[in-house]
Amino acid sequence: MEQPFDLVIIWAGIIGFSVMMYVLMDGFDLGQGILYPFAPDDHSRDIMMNSVAPVWDGNETWLVMGGAGLLGAFPLVYSVFLPALYIGVFLMLAGLIFRGVAFEFRFKANTTKYIWDWAFAGGSFVATFAQGAVVGAYVQGFATDNFVYVGGAFDWLTPFTIITGLGLVAGYALLGSTWLIMKTEGELQQWAYRVTLRLLVLVLLVFAIISIYTPFVDAGVMERWFHGFSIIWFLPLLALYSAYLIYSSVKKQQEGLPFVATMGLFLFTYLGLLASKWPYLVPPDYTLWDAASAYESQLFLLLGFLFVIPFVLGYIAWSYWIFRGKVKGGYH
Amino acid sequence: MELDPLLLSRIQFAFVVCFHAIFPVFTIGLASFIAVLEALSLKTGNPLWQRLSKFWIQVFAVVFGMGVVSGIVMSFQFGTNWSNFSYATANFLGPVLSYEVITAFFLEAAFLGVLLFGRDKVPQGVHLFAAMMVALGTFISSFWILSANSLMQTPDGLVLRDGLYYVASWTDAIFNPSFGYRFLHMALASFLTASFVVAGVSAWFIMQKRELAANKKALSISLWLILILAPAQVVVGDFHGLNTLKHQPMKVAAMEGNWETGTGVPLLLFALPDQENQQNLFEIKIPKLASFILTHDWDGEVPGLNEVAPEMQPPVFIVFWAFRVMVAMGMLMVLFGLAGLWLRRGDRYLESKPFLNGLRVMSLSPFIAVLSGWIVTETGRAPWLIYEQMTHAQGLTPSLTGGMALFTLIGYVLVYAMVFSAGVFYLMSVFRGGLETANAEQTDSDVEKAQRPISAANANLDGGL
Ligand code: HDD
Ligand code: HEM
Ligand code: HEM
Repeated sequence: MEQPFDLVIIWAGIIGFSVMMYVLMDGFDLGQGILYPFAPDDHSRDIMMNSVAPVWDGNETWLVMGGAGLLGAFPLVYSVFLPALYIGVFLMLAGLIFRGVAFEFRFKANTTKYIWDWAFAGGSFVATFAQGAVVGAYVQGFATDNFVYVGGAFDWLTPFTIITGLGLVAGYALLGSTWLIMKTEGELQQWAYRVTLRLLVLVLLVFAIISIYTPFVDAGVMERWFHGFSIIWFLPLLALYSAYLIYSSVKKQQEGLPFVATMGLFLFTYLGLLASKWPYLVPPDYTLWDAASAYESQLFLLLGFLFVIPFVLGYIAWSYWIFRGKVKGGYH
Repeated sequence: MELDPLLLSRIQFAFVVCFHAIFPVFTIGLASFIAVLEALSLKTGNPLWQRLSKFWIQVFAVVFGMGVVSGIVMSFQFGTNWSNFSYATANFLGPVLSYEVITAFFLEAAFLGVLLFGRDKVPQGVHLFAAMMVALGTFISSFWILSANSLMQTPDGLVLRDGLYYVASWTDAIFNPSFGYRFLHMALASFLTASFVVAGVSAWFIMQKRELAANKKALSISLWLILILAPAQVVVGDFHGLNTLKHQPMKVAAMEGNWETGTGVPLLLFALPDQENQQNLFEIKIPKLASFILTHDWDGEVPGLNEVAPEMQPPVFIVFWAFRVMVAMGMLMVLFGLAGLWLRRGDRYLESKPFLNGLRVMSLSPFIAVLSGWIVTETGRAPWLIYEQMTHAQGLTPSLTGGMALFTLIGYVLVYAMVFSAGVFYLMSVFRGGLETANAEQTDSDVEKAQRPISAANANLDGGL
């Protein structure tokens, strides 16, 4: 078929955007679960949960969006990643279920409240770790033959993916703590300021380990970054600048900037990762173009997207607006 | 013994999808019911409508929450266990599922928050609008997902090239031959489900003499709905069956338990299909009736299972009996609709103990009918994943081992067992709390609790304080 535009690039942008939306939005509410066991007291836990309660549902829909969008635009990713990460995906889903149920039941339970506390913390941790391991597995690449995954059940679980898994746990916790700075006040906010600095150190540490480790996992990455100076070096520099902003805004006790800067940190790290692997979507063998669905399918979906997504973003923003402001003693 | 990943994956898929299906059929109908209650409340200003709405929104919140959690699992099942199928059909399935997300799921998720927690934050009209958007979202969602499923039953508008499907016509593919029937049948099933649950719960309240004025209104509305919808479902089901006869004759042969193609085929009321020997045991039959129902001619020809080799036949016993259970439920529903009409004279339907007790039991009937209906549809398609084009075995994930499949199957069963029992337990306490608790003045601590779908219900899970 005659193809007036290369839709593959546009779709790479849309899917990339959806994944980033998911990471940022579900990231801060998964972060609440990760921070949960360390919260100063039970009342703070109530506030933490309430601060994300009306929105986490919509946040998680971006995950479904990413899954369905990949099936629509880059089916090879869907049909290689999911079998390859079979056990990991199960753990992530089980984590998300327990966590969702904990949201629902914690406030109802009195004598059994502690069970739902653990379900919320444990579910969030497991789901986040599994997502981080997926990122690591992507960097590692997959054993494929003729567009089909041929590796084993635990190929994805290596020291490298364990580090990326733990790294994402620290990262989501940072998103969570800076979200709390923005949405709370008083003692809990002060606690969040303190935790943020510690998490920042942790995240930078993992950042350093991964940066040193990655080129050894994948020679292509080494080639790309160290073969002369290139424009992509701006990305880690911007990420470091975001980290500095987090530090300085926390020191100045600013309320919104830490969260925004953390989003920046995530964004530039993510773009850096994409720059390392571009144009491979199912490394080491298949590029974006190999993984893409048929031109007419991408076109059909794109027309709908262009029309519907502005409305979607509009009413999501509206629902955030309705529940705006500081969370006080459970009120919105 | 070698673990069979195919069998285990089929059991797993059937388990997770049946578990998911229970919740949407109820929420689709209930969402519309709530929107109607909100509209009546806004229009008449009668506080009873709002009392009812507040109560049913709490029930809705619990069921919807479980639907979301189990639905997220579903969207990954295609890739984990059926990756060859997903990859081959992605050009169609991918866009359709993506449309479902952007047109339905986001709509539901965003307006749900406002519906559940926004009553005091937005004007009443906006709140009604949110209720309508949630109801609309559930319908759009079933539109897309049923289109995807119908395509697997009656593929159309696709061309196969090098093992991949390409869409030749989007309208043919989306509005494939069985889609319209399935959508209507499912929409009626959802309305019937909500009607029977509302009727059963209201009957229970009335027997306890609680909130009589409001619950009588709810019971009356649901009985009128049942009176119209139940016979309509029988008619639509009949057309659905005729369409199936045209496109999937072996499924109908299994539903009828008919082993040999013939004319003047009897309708079997009871039989034990014996697939090994390709015959039925203990038949009780009405002569020629199957021919008449299916061809509208007493001597019409009806296809039999002998037209294909035994290994290409669906599991007859399951299809045969699941179909009978569904139809029996449908007939019972019609009966209750008529009984309700009969008892209206002198308002006896509010007094009759046997009738009210019957309604309580009948609130389970739509769930039984829906699950058996899906079992007919899906098992009757076997061994095909895409009818006459791709078998279950061809669609399976190649790298999947029996051990992996067994591990996740056990995992899902355990997780769902816990989630489901907690959910049912909680729903029961919402019912026990009734309209009174749902409308009680909220204290500070209630507001604190009421920030999530299930926690929007003002009842205590484990009874403690
Ligand atoms: C006839 C209706 C129907 C059917 C056959 C299915 N669903 Fe469903 N689904 C719904 C009707 C629905 C719904 C009414 O729209 C739900 C129920 C509760 C909810 O939140 O939305 C839902 C929720 C729901 C969600 C969560 C949405 C969210 O995040 O808000 C997902 C991902 C799926 N479903 C996916 C599936 C898949 C992959 C199915 C195929 C096997 C499936 N559903 C069958
Ligand atoms: C929500 C209502 C649904 C229910 C209750 C349901 C039920 C079932 C059952 C019981 C089976 C097992 C049949 C067997 O293996 O003998 C099955 C198979 C299957 N169904 Fe559905 N189904 C539903 C909707 C869907 C939809 C919407 C799709 C696709 C878009 C779908 C795709 C499949 C696939 C791929 C299989 C093959 C796997 C297997 O055999 O278990 N189903 N379903
Ligand atoms: C007595 C009247 C009924 C008849 C004749 C009837 C007929 C049918 C037929 C022939 C199918 C299979 C279609 C196919 O696989 O191609 C089916 C499926 C189904 N039925 Fe029924 N049905 C009746 C009552 C009901 C009732 C009362 C409910 C629920 C409240 C129900 C819910 C379903 C569902 C959920 C399915 C699976 C989805 C689908 O294929 O539409 N049915 N029905």
